[in-house]
Amino acid sequence: MPFRLHRILLAAMLAWPASLAPALAHEFKARTIIINHPWSRATPAVAPSAGGYFTVINTGTEPDRLVSIASPLAERVEIHESSIVDGVARMRPLPHGIEIAAGETVELQPGKIHLMFIRPSAPLVEGERFDATLFFEKAGDVDVEFAVQGMGTRPANSESHEDHRTHAQ
Amino acid sequence: MRSLRLIRIAAWTAAATIGSVVIGLTVLAPDAPGIATNIVSSGPSAIGGPFTLTSHHGETVSNESLAGKPYLAFFGFTHCPDICPTTLFELTDLARELDEYADRLNVLFITVDPERDTQELLQGYMTSFDRRFLAVRGTQAQTDAVVAAFAAHVQKVPLESGGYTMDHTAGVYMIDAEGGFVGTLDMHEPRETRMRKLRRLTGA
Repeated sequence: MPFRLHRILLAAMLAWPASLAPALAHEFKARTIIINHPWSRATPAVAPSAGGYFTVINTGTEPDRLVSIASPLAERVEIHESSIVDGVARMRPLPHGIEIAAGETVELQPGKIHLMFIRPSAPLVEGERFDATLFFEKAGDVDVEFAVQGMGTRPANSESHEDHRTHAQ
Repeated sequence: MRSLRLIRIAAWTAAATIGSVVIGLTVLAPDAPGIATNIVSSGPSAIGGPFTLTSHHGETVSNESLAGKPYLAFFGFTHCPDICPTTLFELTDLARELDEYADRLNVLFITVDPERDTQELLQGYMTSFDRRFLAVRGTQAQTDAVVAAFAAHVQKVPLESGGYTMDHTAGVYMIDAEGGFVGTLDMHEPRETRMRKLRRLTGA
């Protein structure tokens, strides 16, 4: 009897995080790299650029680096970091890409590190998806799909960040 | 021994409470309308001072044409995919909640990049936000003047890949119906705080 109870509890525990995951969450893998939920925001009707965000997890024992990105959507894709320093908004390219240390998680999100799709061929509409390829120094190419969310979408809350980290371990 | 310790804890708690009330009053006091006026008059020149720009609809927008209604103003540019549309979207969202009170308010998105942000581009861009909002641009001289009028920080930063980006003041300025600077909205403060400021500004 107690044996069976354990099994039910275990099943419930396994099902729990899945039921909490947002409906749009999707994941891509290449070797030790996991790309969690690539997403973008709907752009204004005329927008010279669009942002791109995801969580990248390095489950390996060596650092890796996201060096570049390509997408049929845009003329080119750059990696940028936004910040607000002393009340002034800044944006700087990260020409050497993003290093993901062994066992680390890096979150790309609005107002922080993000991708910038330059001159998208069409405005991004909520609910649509578009392709992109991420190039990692060690993990190689990862084909991903960005889900376009509403214009007001904010980054996932800190709780789900914790969630991602737990998954990585 | 134990009761002594309790008394000590009680005394410290009381001191801390009185302390925080005093700090609270000091922090909150400048929010009072009277004191805010004093701060403005002694502040670095008059924020919201003379400027003339053109809206995305083509009409002239100046500190004089805006008088009689409070307004919000913030600096940005359309090549910024990240912070600028977020601010515009969040203001759209706040305006929706203010409902008809948002009619008592003008909202200006002042481009710091008139070179790339043409009137035509701004027209298309603004269709995605509250239709009452105005994107405004000027010649480089007019842009420099409005940046100075708001004591804002704007800097063009060349990028290695060619092109450039713009550093700019991120906050949203709140100006009252008399053209006086009231304070700023910070998009990182709680939504409720921003709503409270906007209700006070529009008399909602």
